[in-house]
Amino acid sequence: MPMTEQATGAHHPQPRPRSGGQQSAPEQVTGAQSLIRSLEEVGAETVFGIPGGAILPAYDPLMDSKRVRHVLVRHEQGAGHAATGYAQATGKVGVCMATSGPGATNLVTPIADAHMDSVPLVAITGQVASKAIGTDAFQEADIVGITMPITKHNFLVTKAEDIPRTIAEAFHIASTGRPGPVLVDIAKDALQARTTFQWPPTQDLPGYRPVTKPHAKQIREAARLITQAKKPVLYVGGGVLKANATAELKVLAELTGAPVTTTLMALGAFPDSHPLHVGMPGMHGSVTAVTALQKADLIVALGARFDDRVTGKLDSFAPYAKIVHADIDPAEIGKNRAADVPIVGDAREVIADLIQAVQKEHSEGDQGEAAGPKYAAWWKDLNRWRETYPLGYEQPEDGSLSPQQVIERIGQLAPEGTVFAAGVGQHQMWAAHYIQYEKPATWLNSGGAGTMGYAVPAAMGAKAGAPDRTVWAIDGDGCFQMTNQELTTCALNNIPIKVAIINNGALGMVRQWQTLFYNQRYSNTVLHSGPEADGKQPSAGTRVPDFVKLSEAMGCYAIRCESPDDLDKVIEEANSINDRPVVIDFIVHEDAMVWPMVAAGTSNDTIMAARDVRPDFGDNEDD
Amino acid sequence: MSKHTLSVLVENKPGVLARITALFSRRGFNIDSLAVGVTEHPDISRITIVVNVIEELPLEQVTKQLNKLVNVLKIVELETSSAVQRELVLVKVRADNETRSQIVEIVQLFRAKTVDVSPEAVTIEATGGSDKLEAMLKMLEPFGIKELVQSGTIAIGRGARSITDRSLRALDRSA
Repeated sequence: MPMTEQATGAHHPQPRPRSGGQQSAPEQVTGAQSLIRSLEEVGAETVFGIPGGAILPAYDPLMDSKRVRHVLVRHEQGAGHAATGYAQATGKVGVCMATSGPGATNLVTPIADAHMDSVPLVAITGQVASKAIGTDAFQEADIVGITMPITKHNFLVTKAEDIPRTIAEAFHIASTGRPGPVLVDIAKDALQARTTFQWPPTQDLPGYRPVTKPHAKQIREAARLITQAKKPVLYVGGGVLKANATAELKVLAELTGAPVTTTLMALGAFPDSHPLHVGMPGMHGSVTAVTALQKADLIVALGARFDDRVTGKLDSFAPYAKIVHADIDPAEIGKNRAADVPIVGDAREVIADLIQAVQKEHSEGDQGEAAGPKYAAWWKDLNRWRETYPLGYEQPEDGSLSPQQVIERIGQLAPEGTVFAAGVGQHQMWAAHYIQYEKPATWLNSGGAGTMGYAVPAAMGAKAGAPDRTVWAIDGDGCFQMTNQELTTCALNNIPIKVAIINNGALGMVRQWQTLFYNQRYSNTVLHSGPEADGKQPSAGTRVPDFVKLSEAMGCYAIRCESPDDLDKVIEEANSINDRPVVIDFIVHEDAMVWPMVAAGTSNDTIMAARDVRPDFGDNEDD
Repeated sequence: MSKHTLSVLVENKPGVLARITALFSRRGFNIDSLAVGVTEHPDISRITIVVNVIEELPLEQVTKQLNKLVNVLKIVELETSSAVQRELVLVKVRADNETRSQIVEIVQLFRAKTVDVSPEAVTIEATGGSDKLEAMLKMLEPFGIKELVQSGTIAIGRGARSITDRSLRALDRSA
């Protein structure tokens, strides 16, 4: 198939699974040196971290390494998110490093985040000396126990000779099958002990056998359903990006003519501008995508997991649809929604095989509904919804900045290949809606975990891994106050990211729920010192802290923008500065809301296109 | 509710049992009984888990999630019809000169063993399926059960086939 040649394969050098090949000559080293040599051999070019007592032996040889660059962050959480941002922008395994105890526990949030979003991450932590383990020693924490439910796998290493094999296994597990975080906890005495280093080590993972090749019978059955369907939808999740299957996806979509919806984790997997793209599904999805799934007679889920934010109330989700569910993780299939055709496999291999199988169905004369004008009646409905309920927003009447417009213009003025990283909340949804994603690895966000404060460190990691690309963090004023200290790291390490603070002076998404479901009682969502503080002037963003001064203090170029007239000017200015990080404090209207919306726990049939606007699907005539 | 017996072959490494029990509690699955021991191969341990599930779907989730654990080598569900299942109980029953002979009679009926006798009590060892042991305990209850300890269920398939064969080969290849 030509498309298998177009898409790039795995970027990371795979450690050889078994011995038998040429091994390097043994070197006499310390455990710490063997750790750094192992990181060099697996191709870890950038490590984000902070040293401390237990990991200290590792930092000594790290100083001499010419192949591993260490970025000294300001908080371990920043190291973790930077590593996941790096991983998603480059397609390689992200690496972060921390010491024992609090250093390690500060990595818990980014590890959980990587676990939810299936990001390949290796976290290396120092542990107290093996004899002190279990004695409540200084800075001791059972990080292997703590991270057991939020890692794909984790290791405790107490012997120096186990370090190369464990690092090789950690990178292998993190990057293959369904990717995910792996933690390697190394006791201080193992780092200090003398050992020999040889590469590649012999891996010993008898219980780890990810299935990547899909079953031919299931593929044929799926292809048959696709050709026979009248109202199919390709429901595309993050697995398609992880598998580098976007070229194959485009071929499959165009071959079948079926509409494509890309989840929050899959933005960029299929061009937003493509006529077959109907938007994002879910709680804040487009009316067309949500309705297409509700009315579909076939859903082909590719690397997606029927998350509750996509399905809404599960028992009323897509009631008429048969389900073809392809995923590399067998446990995802049937977990939330029963599958009529389960396919276990790597998304790229699945889609490539589906293309052949659908072509075969077509050539055997069974053109089904897809023949001629592909799914014509279905597209008539889809296009009507698309025209009637497009994404949109209104300008604030008081002439202040609209947050949606700010984000839209950043997207429109961004150079080709710009990477966008978002925090979590309203600005994240607007960034999903109003920026056009055309290519993979252009959108980073915390989808499953919903980690506020993700944007700045993730953008830092992405820029460190892809220095030639522009990287914009779209952040909220709440999120920004959680992790902004990494701007210091950016300024000192020549990582010139750009940050747009969508400053509405509130925890906006929570405030939106309070507006809609809690009688406008804004309990603890006000971040500013505005009307509630002095009552004289309307709220206009958070002014304490002063984000411009704060950012300047961290070595950034920073400006404030309060008027739509200045919008393009400040964005273009930010795009032109590449010698240091740039922060723009956009003061936006606090009442802007994210629409469309399906209220939590309700059926996707109840989607509201805008406040008090329930779409009319002409259900009475149709059904 | 239905009970299923899973035989889980795992690498004999520290922390593996914790990974399995943590998975059960995190995913909200109920463990009815659990028994762990090393197998004929010192690198493989066998965990027998009896799970109580409401319908088939969660059982499939249990096995799929267990299979994802890197240290898990193989999972086999042992059906009651084609496997031998055993539990062990040690029970201390109040006994005096009047009741001791009646208790010993019950012990013999259930083919159990008296392992300790004192003036006020007898201690009985019994093995069997859970139905048999339940019936025996019901018979002993009127005399006064002072202390009871039960093992988890262990189970093995009937016939000549062994579930460890293939896992052993996988382990040999990687060694």
